[in-house]
Amino acid sequence: MGRNVKIKSMKYEDFNDNEYIEKLVEELRKNGTNVIVGCLDDVIEWGRSNSLWPLTFATSCCGIEFMAVGAARYDFARFGFEVTRASPRQADFIMVAGTITYKMAPVLKRLYDQMADPKYVVATGGCAVSGGPFKKSYHVVQGVDKILPVDVYIPGCPPRPEAMLYGLMQLQRKVKAQRFFGGVNKSISEKEYERLMSEDAADADDEGAGLA
Amino acid sequence: MKEQDWHNPNDRIMENRSIIDRIMAMEPSVRLSEAGDGQLLVPNDRFRELAIRLRREEGFDFLRSLTGVDRGEEGLGCVYHLENTSTGENVILSVTVPDRENPVLHSVGDLWKTAELNEREAYDFYGISFFGNPDLRRLYLRDEWKGYPLRKDYDMSSNPLNMDNEGDEDTSEGYERTESGDYIIKRHPLFEEQEYVINLGPQHPATHGVLRFRVSLEGEIIKKIDVHCGYIHRGIEKMCESLTYPQTLALTDRLDYLSAAQNRHALCMCIEKGLGVEVSERIQYIRTIMDELQRIDSHLLFFSCLCMDMGALTAFFYGFRDREKVLDILEQTTGGRLIQTYNTIGGVQADIHPDFVANVKKFIKYMRPMLREYHEVFTGNIIARERLVGTGILSREDAISFGATGGTGRASGWACDVRKRHPYAMYGKVDFKEILYDEGDCMARYMVRMKEIEESMNIIEQLIDNIPAGEWQMKMKPVIKLPEGSWYSAVESSRGEFGVYIESRGDKYPYRMKFRSTGLPLVACVDTISRGAKIADLIAIGGTLDYVVPDIDR
Repeated sequence: MGRNVKIKSMKYEDFNDNEYIEKLVEELRKNGTNVIVGCLDDVIEWGRSNSLWPLTFATSCCGIEFMAVGAARYDFARFGFEVTRASPRQADFIMVAGTITYKMAPVLKRLYDQMADPKYVVATGGCAVSGGPFKKSYHVVQGVDKILPVDVYIPGCPPRPEAMLYGLMQLQRKVKAQRFFGGVNKSISEKEYERLMSEDAADADDEGAGLA
Repeated sequence: MKEQDWHNPNDRIMENRSIIDRIMAMEPSVRLSEAGDGQLLVPNDRFRELAIRLRREEGFDFLRSLTGVDRGEEGLGCVYHLENTSTGENVILSVTVPDRENPVLHSVGDLWKTAELNEREAYDFYGISFFGNPDLRRLYLRDEWKGYPLRKDYDMSSNPLNMDNEGDEDTSEGYERTESGDYIIKRHPLFEEQEYVINLGPQHPATHGVLRFRVSLEGEIIKKIDVHCGYIHRGIEKMCESLTYPQTLALTDRLDYLSAAQNRHALCMCIEKGLGVEVSERIQYIRTIMDELQRIDSHLLFFSCLCMDMGALTAFFYGFRDREKVLDILEQTTGGRLIQTYNTIGGVQADIHPDFVANVKKFIKYMRPMLREYHEVFTGNIIARERLVGTGILSREDAISFGATGGTGRASGWACDVRKRHPYAMYGKVDFKEILYDEGDCMARYMVRMKEIEESMNIIEQLIDNIPAGEWQMKMKPVIKLPEGSWYSAVESSRGEFGVYIESRGDKYPYRMKFRSTGLPLVACVDTISRGAKIADLIAIGGTLDYVVPDIDR
């Protein structure tokens, strides 16, 4: 098990949610694959997963811990996260580190739209996951998944650097269980995401009507 | 130790009765409200005149805090905390306007420059217009926001998430007096049509968070800067109004996360003041040491980030390497690295770790030679000096008028340290120097903070061996209710005066809780000190002002 999702620095069984990755891998192998394309894929995913570059994006406290992850003691360059990019056009994923407010939400969406595919979103900290301590505020988005498709959630307030590294390794595993050619397990497109979101909203409305 | 030594001088905000008498003589219509710190209630139509006299004749040159308040049926109002920086006298004025539909107060932005942004904040939160303020745009919320969120009758669901991109206004609105004595609405241009305006932020690595500047340039010379805040406005003050006092403590750490300990210290002090609780000597010692450790942590981060902004990435790694050692000490006792949630009402969360004293001493021994290394690597560097010396000069008068406290004010020669002005906790008893520079440029701001690391270590060294035995948490009632009244407490946070204003109506929830942001005055003066500088200098100016954006936006 786990040919595609081996992470050099951490044992497979030490990860918490292996069923999820196994499901992805199963999907990946379902219909077999062309030898040449498959080999090319392996090489590409190996390279891609080991050189994911984050966008320099931080709104509050989590950003400082994110800096700590980049600095001397924790040093995420060891795992291939190497440098943060100030331009979204050069970044592979966006660490949403901190609270997203109503005024910031359109800006964040624009940054995400400016990134080149394939792109990923990591929701870091309680605020980005669900609104966190500011759940009751009039100006806070209740989780960044309301506006962007999220790949990995890292809870904590703020998450410890170790937790961030763990979350980033989960992202690497996810990238490894993808196929660059052929589109299996690729991040869903924006259109599809919006369709799913509207379906969710409709479901919630139905439930609400049922209860009433 | 004598009993009166333990009396916290912060308790006596308007201790000097003579100033109250003088004001009463000046303006007989003023009434004194005694509850809490006390307030002088000034009628709206007399306020502006009194403010002018206080500023010009009595020398009240520092507006510490300006707070909007919703007083329900009485109307809306503002509370002004004023200080005379040469005599140290304090006075609190309160104005109320009964008209809720169209409340109008008089602006004092021409007397105290810091009032301009603070009045915009009150306009944003309460819809109070200020006559004479040329720039009445919303400060934090979007222009098309409906209603005023801090009013008590605000409907929380009236503004759903709007994903449209925000437009930019090139003019601002303001009320002005005509010759006949009437008021008219006048539009002021922010930028002229032919001006070359570039946008910086909110996502920019050198703005230290999500702050946005619109910069008008002539070549590469800055002509004007328009600051946009609110990208991380979380409505903390409104949330506090529906939280019990112990619950509100959780949010202060997340304002200026690099002053987490001091912020919470201020809030705890303010609540303790309202309750009339005095905490034990042991708690005072622990709080003081924690505050200073936090200051070292913050200044190390300041050093790292400034160096990184200016391209010295090695120095960034040095700073963070040593900062981790402070965080280890904090974590051992408090359990948190960045956000410690350590202070509680009447004490601290847990006693210090058995190894705390030894580890702190070890750290100080380690840190001193490291500071020399920093100076060798960065301070003497010719590129750093070229970019820091003589750029972004803030004069002493402007620093006071803007209320730019902390390292920024002290670099301009203003002795604004709350630890000296209104000593609290152990600061009245330890011997330390207030670092002052006269230049007011970026280099001075940088040097103040580097020297303050040493001073913080001196303070810790004086206390660390003498932590007295005793309780680390006083016995408190299970439900904490403050009596009716209002209180203001301030601490010297890592970047200036952090104040907490509480207005209570006798409930277990605060009626109004305002945090005096340390960063808002700092961004207010960016426009003044950057004019005429090069666009590249803006990075050094922003870096040395050392603001933290979530603290500005709250």
